[in-house]
Amino acid sequence: MSTPTYHRFETIIVGSGGAGLMAALHSSKEVGTAVVSKLYPMRSHTGAAAGGIAAALSNIEEDSWENHAYDTIKGGDYVVDQTPVEILCREAVECIYDLEHMGLPFDRTPDGRISQRRFGGHTRPVPGNPSKREPVMRSCHAADRTGHMILQTLYQQCIKQGVTFFDEYHMLDLIMVEGECRGIVAIEIATGRLHVFHAKSVLLATGGFGRMFKVSSNAFALTGDGPAIAYRHGIPVEDMEFYQFHPTGIYRLGVLLTEGCRGDGGIMFNGKGERFMETYAPNMKELASRDVCSRSIYQEVRAGRGVSGKDFVYLDIRPSTINKYKSSPIHRDGLEVDDHFIESRLSESLELSRTYLGIDPLKEPMPIQPTAHYAMGGTPTDFDTRVFRNAAGEVVPGLYAAGETACVSVHGANRLGTNSLVDLVVFGRRAGKAMAQYAKSHDFKEIPKDAAVPTKKMIEGALAKPRTEPWVRIRDELQTVMMDDCGVYRTAEGLANARQSVASLKKRYELTGIQDKGTIFNTGLLEYLELGCLIDLAAATVASAESRKESRGAHSREDFPDRDDVKHFNHTFATKDGDFDVKIDTRAVDVIYIEKDGQQVPKYPLEVRKY
Amino acid sequence: MSEELTDPTKGYLSTRILTVQLKRYDPEKDREPHWQEFKVEARPIDRVLDVLMKVKWDQDDTIGLRKSCGQGICGSDAMRINGQNNLACKMLVQNLKSDKITVEPILGLPVIKDLIVDMKPFFDHYKSIMPFLVNTDPAPTTERLQTPAQRERFDEGTKCILCACCTTACPPFWGNREYVGPAAIVNAHRFIFDSRDQAASERLEILNDAEGVWRCRTVFNCTSACPRGIKVTQLISEVKRALITGVLDMPQEAEVLA
Ligand SMILES: Cc1cc2nc3c(=O)[nH]c(=O)nc-3n(C[C@H](O)[C@H](O)[C@H](O)COP(=O)(O)OP(=O)(O)OC[C@H]3O[C@@H](n4cnc5c(N)ncnc54)[C@H](O)[C@@H]3O)c2cc1C
Ligand code: SF4
Ligand code: SF4
Ligand code: FES
Repeated sequence: MSTPTYHRFETIIVGSGGAGLMAALHSSKEVGTAVVSKLYPMRSHTGAAAGGIAAALSNIEEDSWENHAYDTIKGGDYVVDQTPVEILCREAVECIYDLEHMGLPFDRTPDGRISQRRFGGHTRPVPGNPSKREPVMRSCHAADRTGHMILQTLYQQCIKQGVTFFDEYHMLDLIMVEGECRGIVAIEIATGRLHVFHAKSVLLATGGFGRMFKVSSNAFALTGDGPAIAYRHGIPVEDMEFYQFHPTGIYRLGVLLTEGCRGDGGIMFNGKGERFMETYAPNMKELASRDVCSRSIYQEVRAGRGVSGKDFVYLDIRPSTINKYKSSPIHRDGLEVDDHFIESRLSESLELSRTYLGIDPLKEPMPIQPTAHYAMGGTPTDFDTRVFRNAAGEVVPGLYAAGETACVSVHGANRLGTNSLVDLVVFGRRAGKAMAQYAKSHDFKEIPKDAAVPTKKMIEGALAKPRTEPWVRIRDELQTVMMDDCGVYRTAEGLANARQSVASLKKRYELTGIQDKGTIFNTGLLEYLELGCLIDLAAATVASAESRKESRGAHSREDFPDRDDVKHFNHTFATKDGDFDVKIDTRAVDVIYIEKDGQQVPKYPLEVRKY
Repeated sequence: MSEELTDPTKGYLSTRILTVQLKRYDPEKDREPHWQEFKVEARPIDRVLDVLMKVKWDQDDTIGLRKSCGQGICGSDAMRINGQNNLACKMLVQNLKSDKITVEPILGLPVIKDLIVDMKPFFDHYKSIMPFLVNTDPAPTTERLQTPAQRERFDEGTKCILCACCTTACPPFWGNREYVGPAAIVNAHRFIFDSRDQAASERLEILNDAEGVWRCRTVFNCTSACPRGIKVTQLISEVKRALITGVLDMPQEAEVLA
């Protein structure tokens, strides 16, 4: 392997999904910026997001950012940092207008404004009866291709602005000196050459890590490289036990049918043809939040009420069904749903079902099961996206994280649908600005001459090791144990089993090597290294889940079925401790107090989460 | 829901043996591309991508291909399957006509390794047509207004995932890599017909070039190749018509909002 190529930019952005591109647009307006991504920008998984992006525009129904904040905090089962949530919900509105000005083709209302629809967990006080809440139209959408359109629009603006891209460069290490981040090391996939990127500020925007689980809506590339690499440098991961399972994954494949299906009136049935959500969430039914719906499906399957006794239920979006139950919002205007309406609103889901299930959802219901979908946890940051080095909240100078990779935390124990895309743009923008600001007020600091040596050794090691077993087997076992023992439902025993399995898988992983010894597009090597990231994050996830002896949001302990606000109203910080061990710390939740009758009271008081 | 439904997942587990003919080329080892045959067990609902990954993971880790989303939205895995461009993740085994499949890289772009081609010329063409909204008026404090009809006018092109299936199925492009190709024209169309955009004439000028839209001989290969079902040839014709008539066929101001 030849000597690495050296580059210097004020800011380096790792990842070209929504978060990375938004940051790049803002950072590059002020300082020299480069985006390093293992995929071409348009290949990022932000493009798969279908449902929409939340912002209280009040275009169709009266709404407010305060309503949005209330829902986000409640949806997250309260372990949500409230200052960043208020920032998110307030800045959401101007970010949506920003995107529209950039050309994003939002759907329109008849009077030409951005169209909005309902989405699970998004509510407002009932006008005239504010103690009750009702669903509100808050999700801005562009057909059911909203994520694709966001990705497209941001990429187009980056082209317009002449942002520098290093496409198909895979980050393998951070350059950390004296507790500061001063750059990254990446491999140029097409040649196998190593590159050192010297920078003043670095953003991790590498997306999620759903590939840790067997059934997942996530792309192959979503292996948590950013948080895992930071974790190996002693930087904690926060709230890893909160992993969201989306209720409507295509059976077996995990590919997502958007929640918009239910927002537009879709109904879930068990094998007996019962609308089972009436039992679990009498008020919100199918529009209850995702963790509630996923657990309900599991309960039905366990009780033998899955379809044909199997592990799936039906999602029905046939117009006849929707009209029968009057479950679409347009019924309120006295309208009926027809094929064309469904086709125009949910074309992407129809296409997925037709392609992968061979089922036409206009004629038949679709078999679905919960699918691993979204990481609420990740690399901890403050609301300017600066990374924390510990639970006390000290920051790592020069290191930033945004998007699904980061834990700000605005999603707490459970993210609401459409709240990720808005997180990307709001905190992506803040990241770009904060990084540029930091770069302008600091000088480049030296990096060691041998900054790429650990990476080089890691690659040479992987290439030199004998292939004691196919690494794919290790991956499959990891995904299975995480799905079974650290999935929708958890127990002490299951987690202990998962802990031991992950540790032994890590040993096996370290022993085995790969078959492909080439330098050009050695995707075998990269997939093998990605697996290493997943294993480290799995260890942190299991340890975090073991430490949280309560049920909250997406984290559901059968042995501790209740929420415990006395012991567990806090965030979990997991830090690497030696080769296999994980150290757990906690951090208090950021709570906003207001004055009421001369007393300081919480602005968002704890409530039981019921839908 | 009262009627009986057949369990749609029946048959998920039955398997058949496929013969995969794969075009291999590794510049570090091979002087020329060559075919290699693999046998692999596949289920009816496996994607061709699953089949290829199975071969890669179980039999030969050196096979080079790109992939990411696995659901036809990221555009990574365009390839020639049984002589037709498609995304490997969008084709199911149960829809294959025989137990033999041939898989080779898309044509017209330089092969880097096995199924991986150099996408740079393709993206350069995309970038050449100003693929971004141009509007120099001061932005309002809220959204720019646009009627549903105006929005609908350019919807087709917004579906494009830049997979290159169309451009690499286009005979004029095979003959001349300077031709911007259908994908770039689709993306130009997306902005030319957006009521908020102000650079239609510049884009039309670019496409009027010798390597522009006139290279298209309306062979329709691109339309049948597009995995997103975009009416590529129709969009190209609309651009040609705009150039010939000098008029943009768009919902007019009169129909627009008060
Ligand atoms: C199917 C699906 C539907 C969804 N629908 C919605 C929705 O309707 N609304 C909503 O709000 N949210 C939705 N989400 C969630 C949301 O889309 C994601 O959380 C979000 O897009 C993540 O964006 P990101 O920018 O953080 O990362 P991504 O878009 O995933 O991008 C990650 C980037 O990091 C790069 N990268 C990763 N590792 C490396 C490395 N080692 N070196 C270099 N680069 C690297 C990749 O190349 C990629 O560019 C959905 C998610 C899925 C899976
Ligand atoms: S219609 Fe035009 S662009 Fe499409 S394949 Fe034929 S010649 Fe190429
Ligand atoms: S028009 Fe269709 S085939 Fe061509 S690049 Fe776009 S999505 Fe692919
Ligand atoms: S893998 Fe994304 S389109 Fe096929």
